[in-house]
Amino acid sequence: MPQIHERLANKPYAEYAYATRPRKITLFWRRCLIKQLYMFFKLNLKVMMMVVKGHD
Amino acid sequence: MSKVVVLGAGISGHTAALYLKKYLGKQHEVIIVSPNSNYQWVPSNIWVGVGLMEPNEVKFKLAPVYKKQGIIFKQALATSVHPEGDSDISSPYVKISYVEEGKQGQEEIVEYDFMVNGTGPTLNFAGTPGLGPDLYTNSVCTYDHAAHSWKNLEAALTKMENGEHQTFLIGTGHPMATCQGAAFEYALNIAFEVDKRKLSHLADIIWISNEYELGDFGMGGAYIKRGGYITPTKVFTESVLAEYGIRWIKRAGVYKVEEGKAFYELLDGSYHEIEFDFAMLIPGFGGANIKAFDKAGEDITSKVFAPNGMMKVDADYTPKPYEEWKASDWPSIYQSSVYDFMYASGIAFAPPHSMSKPYTSPNGTKIFPTPPRTGMPSGVIGKVVAQNIVHRIKTGRKDHPHSASMTRQAAACIVSAGYGFTKGQAATMTVSPIVPDWEKYPEYGRDINATVGVIGLAGHWMKLFMHYMFLYKAKAKFGWSMIPE
Ligand SMILES: Cc1cc2nc3c(=O)[nH]c(=O)nc-3n(C[C@H](O)[C@H](O)[C@H](O)COP(=O)(O)OP(=O)(O)OC[C@H]3O[C@@H](n4cnc5c(N)ncnc54)[C@H](O)[C@@H]3O)c2cc1C
Repeated sequence: MPQIHERLANKPYAEYAYATRPRKITLFWRRCLIKQLYMFFKLNLKVMMMVVKGHD
Repeated sequence: MSKVVVLGAGISGHTAALYLKKYLGKQHEVIIVSPNSNYQWVPSNIWVGVGLMEPNEVKFKLAPVYKKQGIIFKQALATSVHPEGDSDISSPYVKISYVEEGKQGQEEIVEYDFMVNGTGPTLNFAGTPGLGPDLYTNSVCTYDHAAHSWKNLEAALTKMENGEHQTFLIGTGHPMATCQGAAFEYALNIAFEVDKRKLSHLADIIWISNEYELGDFGMGGAYIKRGGYITPTKVFTESVLAEYGIRWIKRAGVYKVEEGKAFYELLDGSYHEIEFDFAMLIPGFGGANIKAFDKAGEDITSKVFAPNGMMKVDADYTPKPYEEWKASDWPSIYQSSVYDFMYASGIAFAPPHSMSKPYTSPNGTKIFPTPPRTGMPSGVIGKVVAQNIVHRIKTGRKDHPHSASMTRQAAACIVSAGYGFTKGQAATMTVSPIVPDWEKYPEYGRDINATVGVIGLAGHWMKLFMHYMFLYKAKAKFGWSMIPE
């Protein structure tokens, strides 16, 4: 996925041109298997804890 | 022996029925009434809608599961509730109409001691002329709709492969529709599939939404900790859309659809139309429109249900301005406000008000999302309602030791943004609590440390993991109750 999508490129004053965009390094980390494996366990744990804490 | 009847075998009702039977055992009767012979894991319909899963992968037959658990299953629609019975029947009952083959149209009276209404939303396509899979737009709200949607999407992709340009319009199909999250993930998945086929130069993908700002998602938006800043979900959502090459129209109330054309009003009162080749627009939601009658046969529907057909529970329904809304307006035990032996769980309960700030156009059109109730709270509410009924049956007491207010519960929303074990990704968002509590969290309305917004492959794995885990749980296989909702 390119940082600014070709469908929306070259329209500097369009509303979407003001959106924040990921840098190349961000895109890399999003698909980096080691980081994502860590995130998978971290997020799952977070969600499970939230479910358990949210009711009695 | 007590009799508990559960209406609706969706995420909430099915969860309630399984826990009721687990805790009540053979001494008591649990009956479930639902029109569909299948259980469906609704969140995965998105993948059916882009041809990456077959309907069979997101559903399974309910009858064998209920038989094994000892739950009585009636494949029928509940049509009316009679909480006081009538002149001949002294106990409360619900009238059902069978849809099961061979019994179609047969009516039956099911008596009960406790009732759980888990009938979810009615998809009100008729609320927007021209909307819906039978007319000019697609839907991913059920597996049938999603499969039909994929057929039309596939045809659009084929046209693009032959060099034809296509415009995709995805979002909300009613000025007060909710479930933006589902439409949002469908838009992202379409963009992903278009790009995967290297057809992006032939596509215009447009997100149309009734939200005042993107990222509202019917929960008034949220703040997330991200990159050294506390960022509103508006920034997060706009960023994702721009990255996926999706432009947007916000503050839009779609009021009519014709073949290839949608008509909408903006919050500033102006009227517009937009052409499309493929549209998936979420309809307005209502309750199941079940009628209620008292002992004398008088219609008491408006006492038991809100005007939108959802059931009134232990919430504060007093109309008040947005500035006076409080977290304490929201229910915590989901008990009917009229009959203490009736409960509503999941989407079937009437919320006291929206979570998003209400807005009205100069023409008097209300344009803002009604509150969503996602899968996670729907399951949790189903469980808590079951636990409280079990407590009442076993002790004979009327108190409720279990509660699950949406002002305490958290929600995790995993927005699929592309499928693939190494190439897929999803935006994982968690908020706690679901309903903002500005008294407890004056700065951001929610616990900023519990709120997460991250994008990556891990989110895709989580969504896939949840797909298998929740289907396993719903099939009541070994250890099912150990899996959180
Ligand atoms: C495409 C899509 C994607 C989604 N993705 C997510 C997600 O990623 N995460 C998330 O948390 N949530 C998601 N949701 C929301 C989630 O699916 C709902 O919150 C959840 O299904 C609500 O559960 P429920 O039991 O209240 O209603 P439902 O699951 O709709 O179940 C209602 C049941 O009642 C039955 N019924 C209807 N009328 C009657 C009647 N008169 N008598 C008897 N039975 C009746 C229906 O047939 C159905 O079986 C998504 C929704 C959609 C549409």
